Amino acid sequence: MWGEGERAGVAPYNPCMSELFRIGAFSVSSRLFVGTGKYSSYEVMQAALAASGCQVVTVAVRRERLVDAAGRSLLDYLDLSKYVILPNTAGCFTAEDAIRVALLGRELLEKQKNAGAGWVKLEVLGDKKTLLPDPVGTIEATRELVKEGFTVLAYSSDDPRAAVRIKEAGAASVMPAGSPIGSGQGVLNPLNVSLCMELLKEGDPKYPVIVDAGVGTASDVTVAMELGADGVLLNTGIAHAKDPVKMAAAMKWGLEAGRLAYEAGRMGKKRYATASSPFEGVVSYIPGE
Amino acid sequence: MKIVVNGVEEQWGVGVTVRGVVEGKGMNVEKVAVEVNRRLVRSAGGGYERELKEGDVVEIVTFVGGG
Repeated sequence: MWGEGERAGVAPYNPCMSELFRIGAFSVSSRLFVGTGKYSSYEVMQAALAASGCQVVTVAVRRERLVDAAGRSLLDYLDLSKYVILPNTAGCFTAEDAIRVALLGRELLEKQKNAGAGWVKLEVLGDKKTLLPDPVGTIEATRELVKEGFTVLAYSSDDPRAAVRIKEAGAASVMPAGSPIGSGQGVLNPLNVSLCMELLKEGDPKYPVIVDAGVGTASDVTVAMELGADGVLLNTGIAHAKDPVKMAAAMKWGLEAGRLAYEAGRMGKKRYATASSPFEGVVSYIPGE
Repeated sequence: MKIVVNGVEEQWGVGVTVRGVVEGKGMNVEKVAVEVNRRLVRSAGGGYERELKEGDVVEIVTFVGGG
């Protein structure tokens, strides 16, 4: 066995992901944004959020139920001194409704004195079956919300040209979907997602691009980050795992692995094998030689 | 008078304010946001003291889990 002194003076490598990343005026410490929907209980949600290491959590705006059986409210289960709330406009199919919901969300967060009052996750959906975004409605709503002073993070398809139009409309971040919301299919078109990155960051390398939707498991997050995404937003992948808390931790490590791999720069792919051990000096028979 | 609150037609006394409806429902004005006739009621401008009128459509919302 090697003693302490015999271990060739190499300090343990403790990589650290690059610093905070910025979205408009917001600085964010974790690149993983986690949703608060579909957990079996508020307690599971709380434990999963903690395990994910996220700072930003998304919420939806809905009618206050006039008779709440349990009498419990999501706001009572989120530590607003710790998390930045990102309200979404989920369930909106027109720009007009998305703007109304964004204004309602901002009003609510101003009352809670939460920094999230300044931003919105914009969703303008096309239909209930696919939940794919309507690009025209998204662009219209982005323009209006920017005028209203919002930092707009816009959910988009993985169409690179649509993504560019949404950025041009004023979105502080475009968030292409890996696959349909809640489908757990991962990043179905890595080429398109990487083209989104390329076009959105052209001449503007710090423009934040977040892959939003479709993540099923940790490796999906890694794939998105390896493609160069600045972050990943997910919900169902954690909430519907058999053990949501464990999956939340997996998502965290998957994200870190993907980001580090992206920063490290992967090797090129080759058609044929290249030996890691030298052939020079082999004592064996080599076919063909 | 008739007012529609979160999609349900209800009877409220003449001169009831936005705050009166919210608190009359047992809700905390700090934990909700309100629209009247599709326009946001801003607490900053004293909007909650506004009197409602016959036929007004009120939406009272809060946050729920979402992605």
